Amino acid sequence: MPQVTLTVNGKQHTVEVEGRTLLVELLREKLRLTGTHVGCDTSQCGACVVHVNGDSVKSCTTLAVMCDGAHVTTIEGLAAPDGTLHPMQEAFREYHALQCGFCTPGMVMSAVDLVRKNPQGLSEKEIREGLEGNLCRCTGYHNIVKAIAAAQEVMHGRRASVAAAAE
Amino acid sequence: MNLVTPFEGIGASVKRKEDLRFLSGRGQYTDDINRPGQAYAFILRSPHAHARIAGIETAKAAAMPGVLAVYTSADLAGIGGLPCGWQIHNKDGTPMAEPKHPVLAEGKVRHVGDPVAVVIAETRARARDAAEAVLVDYEVLPAVASMAAAQAPGAPLVHEGVAGNLCYDWHIGDAAQVEAAFAKAAHRVVFETTNNRLVPNAMEPRCAVGDYDTATGEHTLYTTSQNPHVIRLLMGAFVLNIPEAKLRVVAPDVGGGFGSKIYHYAEEAIVTWAAAKLGRPVKWTADRSESFVSDAHGRDHVTRAELALDAEGRFLALKVSTQANMGAYLSTFAPCVPTYLYATLLAGVYTTPAIYAEVKAVFTNTVPVDAYRGAGRPEATFLLERLVDVAAKRCGFDRVELRRKNFISPDAFPYQTPVALQYDSGNYHATLDAALATADWAGFEARRAEAKARGRLRGIGISTYLEACGIAPSAVVGSLGARAGLYEVGTIRVHPTGSVTVLTGAHSHGQGHETTFAQLVADKLGVPIANVEVVHGDTAKVPFGMGTYGSRSLAVGGSAMDKAMDKIIAKGKKIAAHLMEASVEDIEFDRGTFRVAGTDKAKSLTEISLAAYVPHNYPIEELEPGLEETAFYDPKNFTYPGGCHIAEVEIEPETGRVHLVNFTAVDDVGRVINPMIVEGQVQGGVAQGVGQALLEGCVYDADGQLLSGSMLDYTMPRADDLAPVSVATHTTLCTHNPLGVKGCGEVGAIGSPPAVINAVVDALRDWGVEHIEMPATPQKIWSIIHGKSC
Repeated sequence: MPQVTLTVNGKQHTVEVEGRTLLVELLREKLRLTGTHVGCDTSQCGACVVHVNGDSVKSCTTLAVMCDGAHVTTIEGLAAPDGTLHPMQEAFREYHALQCGFCTPGMVMSAVDLVRKNPQGLSEKEIREGLEGNLCRCTGYHNIVKAIAAAQEVMHGRRASVAAAAE
Repeated sequence: MNLVTPFEGIGASVKRKEDLRFLSGRGQYTDDINRPGQAYAFILRSPHAHARIAGIETAKAAAMPGVLAVYTSADLAGIGGLPCGWQIHNKDGTPMAEPKHPVLAEGKVRHVGDPVAVVIAETRARARDAAEAVLVDYEVLPAVASMAAAQAPGAPLVHEGVAGNLCYDWHIGDAAQVEAAFAKAAHRVVFETTNNRLVPNAMEPRCAVGDYDTATGEHTLYTTSQNPHVIRLLMGAFVLNIPEAKLRVVAPDVGGGFGSKIYHYAEEAIVTWAAAKLGRPVKWTADRSESFVSDAHGRDHVTRAELALDAEGRFLALKVSTQANMGAYLSTFAPCVPTYLYATLLAGVYTTPAIYAEVKAVFTNTVPVDAYRGAGRPEATFLLERLVDVAAKRCGFDRVELRRKNFISPDAFPYQTPVALQYDSGNYHATLDAALATADWAGFEARRAEAKARGRLRGIGISTYLEACGIAPSAVVGSLGARAGLYEVGTIRVHPTGSVTVLTGAHSHGQGHETTFAQLVADKLGVPIANVEVVHGDTAKVPFGMGTYGSRSLAVGGSAMDKAMDKIIAKGKKIAAHLMEASVEDIEFDRGTFRVAGTDKAKSLTEISLAAYVPHNYPIEELEPGLEETAFYDPKNFTYPGGCHIAEVEIEPETGRVHLVNFTAVDDVGRVINPMIVEGQVQGGVAQGVGQALLEGCVYDADGQLLSGSMLDYTMPRADDLAPVSVATHTTLCTHNPLGVKGCGEVGAIGSPPAVINAVVDALRDWGVEHIEMPATPQKIWSIIHGKSC
């Protein structure tokens, strides 16, 4: 069986996988990082989004062998080592942007990438369009959009906290 | 130490206690659970809508590497069918047809996705590989994929012995009174509609893990369920014959339900049974494509209705004839949805004095249909609120004034409808007026003109709705055919140093119970929510419960907790009286403090709880130690949320695409415990309602193949399909539960679809359009605008 060596949330792992093993299976089954979820089988829902070398990818449609040598960040690795939440996580909590929590890890990881790649700032419409690859069945998205709008202010250093961004 | 923070009690938008684990990837959903030695099940499902099984060849699959077992119905001797929890009676008093719903197909498959065999292997991939080697000899039969096909003369039978594929033919109301009213009506308005079939699509696919302890003989099922105690009862008593004391059902974090996770499904029984048979834990997790053909679907009604009005527009009578699709088998609560959760709601918010409704439930070769967010009430609301608009248009009344003229007056409560329900409270004029003001209804024509200048067609639509939550009381639902009670259970455990554990039979799968329920405790007992833990979803921890559906958790489950807290306070007063050498009658309790009336003598709840667990100075002759109380609460009635939803849309004439541009919801959900959570529930419900109105539709072809069988083909609402929703509440209190609460989980999905379609019809007023069936897709609208089909 092929071996894959990759760094996940700062920690290096070498794992034996089948050729058909998906990145999300490696994360969930081999490394027991169950924060990354699988919500569909057609690459529609985005519950499985993680960062690979800094880009958001759907880990349900990425083969594990493609990630040899890669740096992967999952929802478990987003907060600071001391547990301080990332501004995007904090904003989701502040704006009630999650209900059942199942889409949340993928939604947060997509949102972080979306904001990082748009330092000029995103309008409400652009945020809605930027969430094209993520489904949420609970919230109606409105609070997710508000949370991302607030988090981008903090991530780009324009506000000190997501609570301040609300004002 | 318990410090009271006033901002944590009833009415505070407390941030959710559960968020931290969900945001950091530490939630524990069923598929996150892995038991030592776990094997994996793959369910082989029928690719045909209707076929006889001439034979199943499993030997080749069973011999493949890593395969532990292959089971078919032949291996399940002695195992019962999946039970139905509600029995409806026909017009003639005979019971409905209730054909067996086998765990694995017995001789015949009846819908695409019907489970035929299960392969259990060391890995999921090996189980799936081996399933491809199972040879099933199908003799394909003609299928009935629609209710029209199922009821055609000579139609193939889904179940031999169920003539005409008719499950039941039920009715409610006074037909003679309705006919008499129609005879003297100035206007008679006929309206026909189809309420589109939906696929619930909670983001977490269903999953079940069976485990068996050979030492104790205890079975454990971890499952994606909204009601673990109900699953324990149904599966233990009716399917696997396991006594409750030997069966534990755990529903951990559950990723959304919307009704689809109420029911007892075959896979739960399969993994529980197979784990004991093999002596290995067994996990099954659905693919999304599998969810589409195995989760119960929702809605799917075809209805003809007729409204009689007098010359001034007063509603005189309503008659309704509905066909409801049951799918191939009766899902757990399917029969009650188009009857007691639908036809009893046909008075809506109006004083219609005479109503008669008949409902035929029909078997088809499709996935079973059961309750989906709103369950019966969205179908009733869509029918009424479209019918009122159609009546206004045909008879020349203003659509808002026609509603107002027929509203039940705020001083008419309690109000007895002609279709069994008695509403306890509401103020439909107030919610209407508030919504009209918020939506700037009066200023709409200017916005329409402005949109027209931009080349867009703008419309506005209104819906004034009512629904019924917290289905109850047990004695009444029992007389109507329910095979269960509908109370709820709450335990309040005050620990020695004053922190509190709440055990509830309700189940949270997104609703935020861990926060809302903690707020109830904070408000009443004065314990800060940081010191309150809410435990749910485990039959080994929680005494009993009926679970979460029908917006019942707070109205029924919260009321049970409130009753348990009353018992805590009553016992605490006795302890306090002893400690402070006062009479029990003189002890007052207010948010954490027991006080001797008229004095400065006081004891905190913490002092009382410590005395209860360390009873050195304690009235031990009269009172047991400890401070823990349980209450079973059986409501006296449903609760009746209601309100007004207003949608504003713009249509692109070039493409037919509808853009939702404004949505206003003013809902009366009774007392609001956490406004932030209520607003989130309404927004989410509206999103699902807008999805039904504009995007979602489950489509079968004539052979019973599911054409909308993936998220590529079934249009789920995305962020850019929706607009901000303005949510406000206007409260009238529920008069019969101690909290005054009504329920907020379904109002959004109930009130919004007719508001959206009324707006779309209004946008197309220049084309003389009277009705557009849901979903109002670009294709339908483009065809209307361009006068041709595409």
